[in-house]
Amino acid sequence: MPLYHDEDQAMLADTARGFMADEGNITKQLRHWRDRDCPDGFGHALWKQMAEMGFTGMLVGEEDGGLGMGHVEAGIVLEEIGRNLTPSPFLTSSVLAATALKHGSAELKGRYLPGLIAGDSVFAVAVDETAKHRPSRITTRAEKSGNGFKLTGAKSFVIQGASADMLVVAARTSGGDDDDDGITLFAVPKDAANMSHDALRLVDSSMATHTKFDGTELDGDAVIGEVDGGREVLNAMLTAGRIGAAAEGVGVASGAMDMTVDYLKQRKQFGQLIGEFQALQHRASHLYSEVEIARAVVIKAQQLLDAGAESAELMSSVAKAKVAKAAGLSVKEGVQMHGGIGMTDEYDIGLYMKRDRALQEFLGDAYFHANRVAELSGY
Amino acid sequence: MSDLETFRSETRDWLEANCPAEMRQPVRDDDDVYWGGRRATFKNDAQKAWFEACRDKGYTVPAWPKAYGGAGLSAPEAKVLRQEMSRIGARPPLSSFGIWMLGPALLQFGTEGQKQRFLNEIARGEIRWCQGYSEPGSGSDLVSMQTFGEDKGDHWTVNGQKIWTSYADEADWIFCLVRTDKDNKYKGITFMLFDMAGGGVTTKPILLISGNSPFCETFFDDVTVPKSYGEDCPGFVGEIGRGWDVAKYLLGHEREMISGMGGGERTAAIGTAMKRHSAKTGDDLDPALRSDLAMFDVDALAFTAMAEKFMDEMKSGKGHPAQPNMMKYVGTELNKRRHELMMSVGGSRSLEWDSEETRGGKAPRDWLRTKANSIEGGTSEVMLNVISKRILELPGS
Ligand SMILES: Cc1cc2nc3c(=O)[nH]c(=O)nc-3n(C[C@H](O)[C@H](O)[C@H](O)COP(=O)(O)OP(=O)(O)OC[C@H]3O[C@@H](n4cnc5c(N)ncnc54)[C@H](O)[C@@H]3O)c2cc1C
Ligand SMILES: Cc1cc2nc3c(=O)[nH]c(=O)nc-3n(C[C@H](O)[C@H](O)[C@H](O)COP(=O)(O)OP(=O)(O)OC[C@H]3O[C@@H](n4cnc5c(N)ncnc54)[C@H](O)[C@@H]3O)c2cc1C
Repeated sequence: MPLYHDEDQAMLADTARGFMADEGNITKQLRHWRDRDCPDGFGHALWKQMAEMGFTGMLVGEEDGGLGMGHVEAGIVLEEIGRNLTPSPFLTSSVLAATALKHGSAELKGRYLPGLIAGDSVFAVAVDETAKHRPSRITTRAEKSGNGFKLTGAKSFVIQGASADMLVVAARTSGGDDDDDGITLFAVPKDAANMSHDALRLVDSSMATHTKFDGTELDGDAVIGEVDGGREVLNAMLTAGRIGAAAEGVGVASGAMDMTVDYLKQRKQFGQLIGEFQALQHRASHLYSEVEIARAVVIKAQQLLDAGAESAELMSSVAKAKVAKAAGLSVKEGVQMHGGIGMTDEYDIGLYMKRDRALQEFLGDAYFHANRVAELSGY
Repeated sequence: MSDLETFRSETRDWLEANCPAEMRQPVRDDDDVYWGGRRATFKNDAQKAWFEACRDKGYTVPAWPKAYGGAGLSAPEAKVLRQEMSRIGARPPLSSFGIWMLGPALLQFGTEGQKQRFLNEIARGEIRWCQGYSEPGSGSDLVSMQTFGEDKGDHWTVNGQKIWTSYADEADWIFCLVRTDKDNKYKGITFMLFDMAGGGVTTKPILLISGNSPFCETFFDDVTVPKSYGEDCPGFVGEIGRGWDVAKYLLGHEREMISGMGGGERTAAIGTAMKRHSAKTGDDLDPALRSDLAMFDVDALAFTAMAEKFMDEMKSGKGHPAQPNMMKYVGTELNKRRHELMMSVGGSRSLEWDSEETRGGKAPRDWLRTKANSIEGGTSEVMLNVISKRILELPGS
């Protein structure tokens, strides 16, 4: 398979680019909701529009009413989300939760997927329990109780936790905190008893929660996949999510780079365009190289994942780490090359810096994934 | 005991007796820093006591002559004081652009009358100054600035606009670059001093990405600037039309200040603290992050040595006069890296923007603020250009 978008994918990219630029742009979405202190941090109307565009159920199989597309396609939408800093539940709902639900029972799929496809439902993912991404350690416990389970523990930095109609929660049903086995994934409905959220606003104006489970009662059919066999589903979900986050990161990197290159062609100092200074030209060219490489590794990882290749796991970490580096460079260079106005809230380049930070941390930063590359490579 | 050792032990005793325990805590919030000025208030009694003790001893500006509000310390004595203060973690009693920027320029270029008046006001924290250099079209290319002062005999009438004027809305007076000769680029600028409350000055705060508004757009609308404030006290520094020389001299001091010398905090190693932090929160450091922290510590500890060498050389007139540009460049780039690493160690907790536990998102706001370090006072690119030109003497630069 060639490492570029085929005809259908290129068409989708055009559509997604136009749609996000028109409807998902910074003025209409990010600033709009931020400046109103919106408790969701995103707009439900846009989510509904994204459903009409066919985006929300892209990864859902055709047999379940979705489009049965792959991660290359989801990544196309995510890149545009990144470019426009569009706040939306797409990554958590349509990529992470949708991947987990692939492993769910027909009953679970029937309960949740139609709402996702219609853009009526929002899902969140509750895996992390500390400020750093450490999915190997799961201490939240689910104990058998009658026909169902009782959930006890706490999850932190659950993105859009308070807005979610359903949370995919990773809990331990047996074994010790650091065991690979003994994990079970649950689909926890928002009205579950004894679940509480502490809402937090993050640097990029997105909303997250610290979520507590205090004997939260769940039906037996809330289990996604097998009891005690959740690690595999969790890994599949995380791999999809990481590749998705990397695609969004490429969009953030490109958006910031484009703004910066435009600025180099507009701002004059010393009687010339600042883009005429070779010191800046070289750095812009270097940045371009890094962003291109990041985009290449992301599409590679997407294709491997869609093909079910074993190496998708390694490449997901390579992609997440490489994109973190490239996008980090892009936003830093962006602010620096804008000079004083780069530091102002009025100008958008700083918003890219903020989003990049949050996205870098989500599902593991460059350090986490560099380590993972070492581990998966056997050193 | 040598004189210096006697001085050290006296200083220790004096600090012991006069620096309240609260003033030995790291600066945590903006109001922990005392800036002085007509409208200043103290956060608490300790801040007031520490400031007043230093003011009376001349320790707000220890190396300035006693006649101008300083303590008249020699360079080695000033270094001992710095060392002793940093040993107990004493906060600076007074921070101000008057101390860091205008003061040194007045010491170099001011008349006796200007020194008597303005330096004493600065040392005693009575007047807070701001810096009116940058304009919307003139940032890195400062000398192209357009704010114009029309000669009216005994005064100028000033019109124009400055931008990025830090704390203009809280300052009392401004030191300001004003064009007085449109035909002469370098020799047509006058370095003026005037009261912002005198009429015709408006300030409009600009919101930063960190959520704070520490700087302003500053507009001048027929502002009257007297050529003289009394005997031997002109309303400008240096000569009329030669303000660029003063401006450049002052920038050297600004760069020294921004590069974070003497404060110690910005240049210190952070690995140990970060390890402690992550142990406290129950996170372990990824080995790759640990190695980045170690590389940072190598650079930071080496830079600390550089900073000490630089200060010693500067104070004895030995250093290359363009060296502050290098210090500013390296110091600010290091500080940005420091905050990147702190964000990484903090993880998602460092993303919290307004929660109480994170004191209103102090970590991300501080991190974002550091991005200005390599812009304010001359950008990193400008620093590197100056090094190429003045130190390496590269052609065409
Ligand atoms: C191992 C090796 C194999 C080679 N094989 C061949 C070969 O098979 N055939 C052949 O014809 N040549 C060959 N070369 C020569 C090679 O193409 C030249 O060395 C190269 O083009 C640089 O030219 P120069 O050595 O004259 O360096 P210069 O052009 O003098 O460059 C000196 C430095 O200045 C920099 N510089 C120059 N111009 C600019 C600019 N505009 N902006 C910024 N920086 C600039 C350069 O990047 C370099 O760092 C080889 C060289 C090497 C090292
Ligand atoms: C927090 C903060 C506080 C400030 N406080 C004050 C203050 O109190 N008073 C005051 O007068 N000013 C203040 N400034 C303004 C500051 O001095 C200017 O922002 C700075 O000089 C850069 O100018 P500029 O913003 O116009 O950027 P520009 O000069 O437009 O620069 C844009 C980009 O082009 C690069 N560039 C420009 N020329 C060259 C070149 N020749 N070669 C290579 N690259 C180049 C720059 O390095 C930068 O990356 C402050 C700025 C900040 C961010």
